[in-house]
Amino acid sequence: MKTKWIVLWAIIVRELRRFLQQRSRFFGALVRPLIWLMVFAAGFRAALGIAITPPYETYITYDVYIVPGLVGMVQLFNGMQNSLSMVYDREMGSMRVLLTCPEPLPFLLFARLFAGMCVSLVQVYAFLLIARLSGVDLPWSGFASVLPALVLTGLMLGAAGMVLSSQVRQIENFAGVMNFVVFPVFFLSSALYPLWKMQEASEWVYQLCRFNPFTDAVEMIRFALYGQWQVEAANHTVLATAVCLTLALLGYRPRQRA
Amino acid sequence: MSAALAIEALSHRYGERLALDQISLTVEAGQCCILLGPNGAGKSTLFGLLSRLLAVKSGRITVFGQPLQAAALSRVGVVFQQSTLDLDLSVEQNLSYFGALHGMHGKALAQRIGEELERLDLAARRRDRVRDLNGGHRRRVEIARALLHRPALLLLDEPTVGLDLPSRQFLIGHLHRLVRDEGLALLWATHLIDEIDAQHDHVALLHRGRLLASGAVAPLLGASGCDNLASWFDLRTGAVS
Repeated sequence: MKTKWIVLWAIIVRELRRFLQQRSRFFGALVRPLIWLMVFAAGFRAALGIAITPPYETYITYDVYIVPGLVGMVQLFNGMQNSLSMVYDREMGSMRVLLTCPEPLPFLLFARLFAGMCVSLVQVYAFLLIARLSGVDLPWSGFASVLPALVLTGLMLGAAGMVLSSQVRQIENFAGVMNFVVFPVFFLSSALYPLWKMQEASEWVYQLCRFNPFTDAVEMIRFALYGQWQVEAANHTVLATAVCLTLALLGYRPRQRA
Repeated sequence: MSAALAIEALSHRYGERLALDQISLTVEAGQCCILLGPNGAGKSTLFGLLSRLLAVKSGRITVFGQPLQAAALSRVGVVFQQSTLDLDLSVEQNLSYFGALHGMHGKALAQRIGEELERLDLAARRRDRVRDLNGGHRRRVEIARALLHRPALLLLDEPTVGLDLPSRQFLIGHLHRLVRDEGLALLWATHLIDEIDAQHDHVALLHRGRLLASGAVAPLLGASGCDNLASWFDLRTGAVS
């Protein structure tokens, strides 16, 4: 058991080191949601009022509404980035080093997933801190209460990325896949607008959003920021994580072609 | 005592194409077995199977008598043809990551890293980023890394490809010393005949997925009437009729 902790820790340290050394990646991970927050939300703030719905106990401005969605976006992009780096690792061979170590493959893949989630936490907390300091009305207590939700959502989005990385054989194909995954997943969710607003606009778009696991992730983060736990969303997230992880494991089994 | 590596009736297909056909080969402890073969002979497929990147469908591989499963990899070191280092991490960080993957940690790990880097004349480059090293030094780091957990069997897939002559000579000398002095078993794929120590090494010749010959160099040459390995290789692979 002790060996497994050593291996897990080594994989986490490697991923954090690589992330911190690639400064442009850190910068990109922060700039993307901050632009949405500072530009998109500023424009919509005047046009869009958000009614009082749980977990909010008062009228909120649009920038407060959008923060959980942007946190989800940070983790979604990190999940994709992590899966891109797994494709890269496979092409560059460092995945071989991981897969030839004497630990079972499911454990190694879980460790890699967990390490990616830890990297997403660094990004999320940096984003939340900048958002809070720039005047978005977020409760400081939410920084702690959101952590369990972030762990779950980070694992789910990382596992989804891992499924992609197990299926995409070349880096060149990856950009296209990201476009077909990231944008629909983000836009067809409650990240930018509440679901009831979606329902007013279109019933089928609403249904797509409702069944999108990313909506569960965003809602779980939204409630957890106010110290509330969304049991249903958490169950869905755990289920989606389990399904993705199983698919990723099947995709990473030793196969005909390395 | 069980052989360091025993391959029995190993075959592998990619769809319809037969890449390896009933290969049987043993490598004993303290033996350097050079796996020769032209491009496309099946060397990379064999290494894929030996390092468990490909699943064994037909035949058997054992390492010191144990079936080749995850646990058996703790006695095996692998140097792949393609570099597998993290370029943005330092030499030491690369090695400590690998050591930890094999359950090593703390002072014992730091000491092993120091020893291997010292032996490969890399101690001064310990904190350098791998990206800043030349090809020869990167290869040395990979060999140091593969030896970190003291494997008893080392698999090398064309480790000297693309290296200049002094770097190649350094690695060839070092690897042969490990076999001679420490009893390491080595399976070394190459197509460079000058890497063979004709006095001591064993040779296995793979061609179009089949093992054409294996054994000590002198009897192989004697049986074919050739006076050197290059002409033997050409004769057996059909380069010269």
